[in-house]
Amino acid sequence: MDNIAGQNNALKWAVNISVLILVIAWLIPTVGLFVSSFRDRDQITASGWWVAPFSVELTYRTRGDADPRQEGDLWIVEGNIFESAEVAAEFTSGEAQITGFGILGREPAAYAPGEEVETRDGGMLTVNADGSYVYTSEEDPGSGPRVYFAAETPPNFTLDNYRTILTSDGMDRAFINTLTVTIPATIIPILIAAFAAYALAWMDFPGRGLLIACVVGLLVVPLQLALVPLLNLHNQIGIGQSFVGIWLAHTGFGLPLAVYLLRNYMVGLPRDIIESAKVDGATDFQIFLKIILPLSFPALASFAIFQFLWTWNDLLVAKVFLPSDEASRVMTVTIADDLLGSRGGDWGILATAAFVSIAVPLLVFFTMQRYLVRGLLAGSVK
Amino acid sequence: MSPLVQGAITIFVGVFGCVGYFYAANLLLDKVIYPAKGPNIGRNINRANAIRPWLFLLPAILALSIYLVYPVIGSLIRSMYNRAGNEFIGLGNYTSLAGDPEFQTALINNALWALVVPAAATFFGLVVAQLTDRLSWGNIAKSLIFMPMAISFVGASLIWKFVYAGDPDIGIINAIRDGMGLDPLDPLQLPFWNNFFLMVILVWIQTGFAMVILSAALRGVPEDTIEAAIIDGAGPFRVFFRIKVPQIMGTIVVVWTTITILVLKVFDIVYTMTGGNFGTEILPSYMMSFMFRDDGRATAVAVVIMIVVLPVMIWNIRQAQKEMR
Repeated sequence: MDNIAGQNNALKWAVNISVLILVIAWLIPTVGLFVSSFRDRDQITASGWWVAPFSVELTYRTRGDADPRQEGDLWIVEGNIFESAEVAAEFTSGEAQITGFGILGREPAAYAPGEEVETRDGGMLTVNADGSYVYTSEEDPGSGPRVYFAAETPPNFTLDNYRTILTSDGMDRAFINTLTVTIPATIIPILIAAFAAYALAWMDFPGRGLLIACVVGLLVVPLQLALVPLLNLHNQIGIGQSFVGIWLAHTGFGLPLAVYLLRNYMVGLPRDIIESAKVDGATDFQIFLKIILPLSFPALASFAIFQFLWTWNDLLVAKVFLPSDEASRVMTVTIADDLLGSRGGDWGILATAAFVSIAVPLLVFFTMQRYLVRGLLAGSVK
Repeated sequence: MSPLVQGAITIFVGVFGCVGYFYAANLLLDKVIYPAKGPNIGRNINRANAIRPWLFLLPAILALSIYLVYPVIGSLIRSMYNRAGNEFIGLGNYTSLAGDPEFQTALINNALWALVVPAAATFFGLVVAQLTDRLSWGNIAKSLIFMPMAISFVGASLIWKFVYAGDPDIGIINAIRDGMGLDPLDPLQLPFWNNFFLMVILVWIQTGFAMVILSAALRGVPEDTIEAAIIDGAGPFRVFFRIKVPQIMGTIVVVWTTITILVLKVFDIVYTMTGGNFGTEILPSYMMSFMFRDDGRATAVAVVIMIVVLPVMIWNIRQAQKEMR
């Protein structure tokens, strides 16, 4: 079909280019987040993530800390500003260049490198582009001069943000909580739904059509309706806001899709196998366990992925059915309610938090995409 | 007890409880209540088989009734009571909602969302599905555009916060404006248009969904209809609009309605991005502002959402019944 009439080269190019543009447009936001999560705070505020591989001009504050020595009646402090204790950690590669220096915090780069400047206590200060400085004073300065400078700083990719996020701010706890919510909430509905789906697909009984219609109807019931009555119910029977409550809630909310997906799949299984098993004397229970369940693996996997992504990514149910204290917050709640408020301006931390929270779903997505697609195709009402 | 241990126990109890229930109930039915032996063996087997479907269905029916059917009725009743829940006030909550300008904003915004997001997501999905159809690297492209589906709404909101950030050294939009010599602005505080900036996020997520389904539908279009059109001299655009699109119209409608339902439920994006400020309130986020404070009003908003979804629900059931016949 590649060379059929009506397909010409120009069109092919146009298609390739427009798909490329679309893909880039779709990727840019995520790439931005990903890159930002590895940059340090100063670099993020100084330049956009799209220039992250290039050096960026940052300003620093330090004190020349070489020992003063006396020459005639002058005191001289001489050294390299990059090696002073306050900033040495930032300049380990030795490629940095001074672009300007100053003696006042509000004008950190007022003078060009090499200029000689009179400081407030009467000494003379020169800082060169390579970082070497000379300070001369008529009295014993005691210590080196206070120096502000701007330098082209090479890109600095660190894991500091990840270290911060995973050790403080409750994200480590939230990660475990998310996992705790997700796994039972994924496994339990599968079993319940599988039996029900088998009954709806292969057993004949009055009211079957009605039940299927009900399941289809319940598929679209807005979750919002369930919140208040169920929370009250949970409070009355003593579950309250707890992990047990959220497991039950996710199980209930996930069931319609599970039953629907699995029934659609099971109906398509070959009738011969099931009937010959029946002729051989297998009970429904045996047929289900030994034939239907193994054959339905692709559908089970599809639903498991859906339910996993849905419970992992959920904010609404977690906000309502889990207590709001720090010990039981999941990641989405931590980000939306806590970090966005307390760390609102700290973009590196926010990016990292977001990336930690989406890393597992992305992993699941890229490894099990096949099942996800199959589930989507089966799940949309044809 | 640590939640992890609790979780492990729950998995254990849940899984073995389920299996145990099904196994024991079957055993009970076949061996004790209606044993397949003795004088009435035929009748017993028939009866056992009539009951068995309900054994299989019981846990699911129970869970569905408690977690989905009961709340619908429960919310409806609760919405007729006052804040404390002890006094019946009929439609009082609804009338006070109708008088609240915030509610009107939410309703209008929600209508906008329900119009724009499904249309845009379906459109982009269709375009991508068609463009990548015969591309050598089409599957990679599709996979990348599909990827946002895996990201939580909260995560996606954070991702887009970076795009929209007011600082030209962080937000790419303001960096471009800066490059053109314009002043930076906060897209999320532009009255009216900020709604569309929020919708972009959901379109970004849902396009992948539309693309996957429409791509499968496009592959299902019979080749001979396309070949016939090409032989008759139709160009690629006419083949697409006149031959392919009409044949997958049913799928397009399904994708459209599915996204519409989703749009009516999503509160995360507005909650994370603006908290409903700057005139971006939608019904689900408006409801959350009453949650834990005024159950009567909260349930009333939920019922309004339900009423909006109802036509889609009925249509879905009809379609499913047609298919079964």
